[in-house]
Amino acid sequence: MTTWPILSVVTFLPVVGALLIYLSRGDDEAARRNARWIALWTTLITFAVSLILVWRFDAAQPDFQFVEKAQWLASGISYHMGVDGISLPFVILTTALMPFCIVASWKSITLRVREYMMAFLLLETLMIGTFSALDLVLFYLFFEGGLIPMFLIIGVWGGPRRVYASFKFFLYTLLGSVLMLLAIMALYWNAGTTDIPTLMNTAVPRNLQTWAWLAFFASFAVKMPMWPVHTWLPDAHVEAPTAGSVVLAAILLKMGGYGFLRFSLPMFPLASHDFAPLIFGMSVIAIIYTSLVALMQEDIKKLIAYSSVAHMGFVTMGIFAGTTQGVAGGVFQMVSHGIVSGALFLCVGIVYDRLHTREIAAYGGLVNRMPLYAVVFMVFTMANVGLPGTSGFVGEFLTLIGTFKVSIPTATAATLGVILSAAYALWLYRKVVFGKLTKPSLASIKDLTLRESLTLLPLVFLTILFGVYPKPVLDMSAASVQQLVNNYNTAITAVKAAALLQ
Amino acid sequence: MIQAIVFLPLIGAILAGLIAIFGAHARNPSGDAVEHHDDGHGHGAHAHTHASDAHDDHGHDDHGHDDHHAAEPPAAGSRAAELITTGLLLVSAALSWVALVDVGFMKNDARIALFTWINSGDLQIAWALRVDTLTAVMLVVVNTVSSLVHLYSIGYMDEDPHRPRFFAYLSLFTFAMLMLVTSDNLVQLFFGWEGVGLASYLLIGFWYQKPSANAAAIKAFVVNRVGDFGFALGIFAIFMMIGSTDFETIFAGAQGVTGKTINFFGWQADALTLICLLLFMGAMGKSAQFLLHTWLPDAMEGPTPVSALIHAATMVTAGVFMVARLSPLFELAPNAQAAVMFFGATTAFFAATVGLVQNDIKRIVAYSTCSQLGYMFVAMGAGAYSVGMFHLFTHAFFKALLFLGSGSVIYAMHHEQDIRNMGGLKDKIPFTYIVMVIGTLALTGFPLTAGYFSKDAIIEAAFVSHNPFAFYGFLMTVIAAGLTSFYSWRLIFKTFHGEPHDQKHYEAAHEAPLWMLVPIGILAAGSILAGFPFKELFAGHGVAEFFRESLKMNPGIIEEMHHIPKAIAFLPTVMMALGFLVSWLFYIRRPYLPVELANQHQMLYQFLLNKWYFDELYDLIFVRPTKWLGRFLWKKGDGYVIDGFGPDGVSARVLDVTRNVVKIQTGYLYHYAFAMLIGVAGLITWFMFGAGAH
Repeated sequence: MTTWPILSVVTFLPVVGALLIYLSRGDDEAARRNARWIALWTTLITFAVSLILVWRFDAAQPDFQFVEKAQWLASGISYHMGVDGISLPFVILTTALMPFCIVASWKSITLRVREYMMAFLLLETLMIGTFSALDLVLFYLFFEGGLIPMFLIIGVWGGPRRVYASFKFFLYTLLGSVLMLLAIMALYWNAGTTDIPTLMNTAVPRNLQTWAWLAFFASFAVKMPMWPVHTWLPDAHVEAPTAGSVVLAAILLKMGGYGFLRFSLPMFPLASHDFAPLIFGMSVIAIIYTSLVALMQEDIKKLIAYSSVAHMGFVTMGIFAGTTQGVAGGVFQMVSHGIVSGALFLCVGIVYDRLHTREIAAYGGLVNRMPLYAVVFMVFTMANVGLPGTSGFVGEFLTLIGTFKVSIPTATAATLGVILSAAYALWLYRKVVFGKLTKPSLASIKDLTLRESLTLLPLVFLTILFGVYPKPVLDMSAASVQQLVNNYNTAITAVKAAALLQ
Repeated sequence: MIQAIVFLPLIGAILAGLIAIFGAHARNPSGDAVEHHDDGHGHGAHAHTHASDAHDDHGHDDHGHDDHHAAEPPAAGSRAAELITTGLLLVSAALSWVALVDVGFMKNDARIALFTWINSGDLQIAWALRVDTLTAVMLVVVNTVSSLVHLYSIGYMDEDPHRPRFFAYLSLFTFAMLMLVTSDNLVQLFFGWEGVGLASYLLIGFWYQKPSANAAAIKAFVVNRVGDFGFALGIFAIFMMIGSTDFETIFAGAQGVTGKTINFFGWQADALTLICLLLFMGAMGKSAQFLLHTWLPDAMEGPTPVSALIHAATMVTAGVFMVARLSPLFELAPNAQAAVMFFGATTAFFAATVGLVQNDIKRIVAYSTCSQLGYMFVAMGAGAYSVGMFHLFTHAFFKALLFLGSGSVIYAMHHEQDIRNMGGLKDKIPFTYIVMVIGTLALTGFPLTAGYFSKDAIIEAAFVSHNPFAFYGFLMTVIAAGLTSFYSWRLIFKTFHGEPHDQKHYEAAHEAPLWMLVPIGILAAGSILAGFPFKELFAGHGVAEFFRESLKMNPGIIEEMHHIPKAIAFLPTVMMALGFLVSWLFYIRRPYLPVELANQHQMLYQFLLNKWYFDELYDLIFVRPTKWLGRFLWKKGDGYVIDGFGPDGVSARVLDVTRNVVKIQTGYLYHYAFAMLIGVAGLITWFMFGAGAH
């Protein structure tokens, strides 16, 4: 249906931009400016091309679209790309947020600008590739490849404890990925191929399901991150530069959830069903535990990082509920969290650029000097709290209503998070924005610049738009979600019926 | 027309909000100036010293319009924002009355679908406006009070520098409240519910430089969220049992759910009872019922017009409205109704006792609101939904009047709120005095005022209802009627009668401007007229005809109410008179009595003065343990256990091993040779035993 490999173009355009930057040698002011502009235009063009995907996408069709397939390695491993309703939102989220990341780094990065921009562009390719790969090996390459630029971004352009944070990040994620590699090999030996659509239609033996599920789980749970393997996230966020935090929160965390949707549920439905109580338990602990921890934080970024873990708890809970609302809510919650948490980190970056501290106690009374900032921050705080009318509500609501049908205790305990999120988010807002402006260091702080407004206002718009009219996202994923849920339920009822017959 | 009623306030809010944002942005330098020429530091510092002076003054200044202070210059476009929002609200209010006639008498119920909201599988939620009589009554209440409060605020806030923001919030609140009352499904109701919560949060914290205001704002939001926790679970449970959140479908399917159970944490709960209890938890939060009431008195930190609009007439009655809206469910869940009546009656009594001894004029009225909301829930529990709505309707007028009147007193007394420092004001501000007396008469249920009809009807409904707590409800409301009368007259006597206690403020006291007096006057008229003409529609034979399908009344309760013993019917009036007499005795005739009484019963007095120690109790059992747990999980859970045994522990072990390995590398050849020898010996041993094992 397409005449040109549009998905590959979207995926590899950023690499072309990175090459361009590499070719423009020199490290003077002009070279830096060029690097910034090349990166910005590359991400913008990538975004524009990815919009063609949205435009040509047939939402009624649950299967993979824009499929490209080419012979690659051995017999069963191929270069296979394609998107369905579950992956397309993430592809668009990635391409849409990257320009914001570039603009957010415009002034704050002055060291090794070319390398920085190249790392980001490379990261973009790897992230888009992760979401559109339809071959396990290809997926693995993109998925794990994304680690390297992120590791560099934290390790080179990060804060004072960047080395500790980047190693922690690397250790955690690597551990999970080794196990995933083993599972991929096991699947290859079982089915003779690593083609994802084929594997989705291949019944995996019960025993292998359990082990493969656990191995994939190890990797995705770390990425998500789920409790108790979440402790790398606050450190990574705190030390990462603003744009790094944005990418980390908005997109990298979504890879775990995407993995659950793409592999765990369709390929190992029985294991998923068996382990659902485990996931529910961990999700609920994540929601309550990290919300409580968030209450006591003294660092703005850490607080938002912990709240991210709590919000991801809703996602895992919804996905493994295996109901239409749960899964659709999980997808929506991830998209919404991508926008909102990305925007919150941008907000933190703005005051960090001015004051170079993230201590909550160093702020207070910003509203007196930064009214525009106060409004924008309020919108995102409310979205974080899950106020109806913002995108944060729709995801939370859908995951909860979808889970309630399956497990009332889980949904009830998770709803407690709604109270706690209000407490920590409003407390943060009060400490940072409200109050009298008495600290001398804040006396001459300035409101948003035009550049900063340009990065935040579109996100404000999207947050409210998707809160009032979430239909574009929900419809995009509806058919694929429905198919996923149907297959999952069919597999489980078949086993139950078989058990009854015996 | 319905769209106009609902969305005109939103337009007003957006316009005023834009004026506020652009004005504020223009006053505060954007970072652009710095980025372009970075020498603006000296200028910036100078600008700040000026601004901070103004802010400091403003901080002490509770009510923006104090003329002793050199205030910040008002925001640009303040007048435009005021006129736009107020004008749109007046139009909306006028249309609401038309809608009431159209719906209530012409029977033109309306349902307007706007567009889809959340569609996922079998969950279909749309934005829609539903107007039946119940909604129309709320439209009238909300828009009438809101437009009067807008008008009043033009005068009351006239020296506040942030008026565009204030009016934007007010209109935003009105919009959210209208979305709440016109919702056609539970989720849109929840949208309005949380929307008014947001507006309430913003308005309580309107003077964001005051720490107490910020604390009160957060408290209000979080306590409401506790209620919303139940509300949300109620929605989930309804969706699970009936498969929809639309009111029509729910009401049609409710009958089929009777007798079914839900396993709720091991408790085989009757489905409808559980659902209604969960939903009622939401109502308890929003309507400040016993146990979840603690936010309402603190909410008085907001500007007084806000207290009148949100914390007296409209938002806090949302819980009552919700129960009325869901009357077809509650009628099928008698146990839930019992709980409603129990909490309503308890609140009516509890809040009245606390109101007896408070000294802050606004807090007295706040506790009175709390108590009156309890009355409304008693009616809901009795199944006399229209009677509860009647009290909601009349209460909106006289309570808004009392708040705005108090505002007028506070305005006259230069932000003095303590009634111990007032006295003798009736000669200084006679108009305010008269309207306050009218409000008090209506509140205490003086014959032929609005409150008389509605409150007596509630007490009668409690008396005749078949609820297990019916007698408790009756008893509590009757006692509370006496207490209400006492504290209301205490407020009047201490404020307007007797000797002035603060001569300086007394001398300077003056009547408020016309902007404020006109709305008060209209509300005073409403406090008298809202009763009798509507009596038949809300609590008489016209109920079935007027409300039709919008309420599912307990059959026969209206009829039974008309046949109660005469003695019972007179009881509330007797209590009212009694309260008045005691109050008169205490504060006019023998003013030393209350002091002696307080000294004799110090424990009781402190107990009441400290509001039954609820704040302290909650701090002890919720706030502190939560904070402790948060810190514990962070430091011990994350820091010690997870990181200690996880990455940090692993890397530490790896380092240990490396260090030991490094120690072995001594550089001496014979060390290596020795190690090799041991290794070879070990290998040989292993092979020998390994081979032997085979």
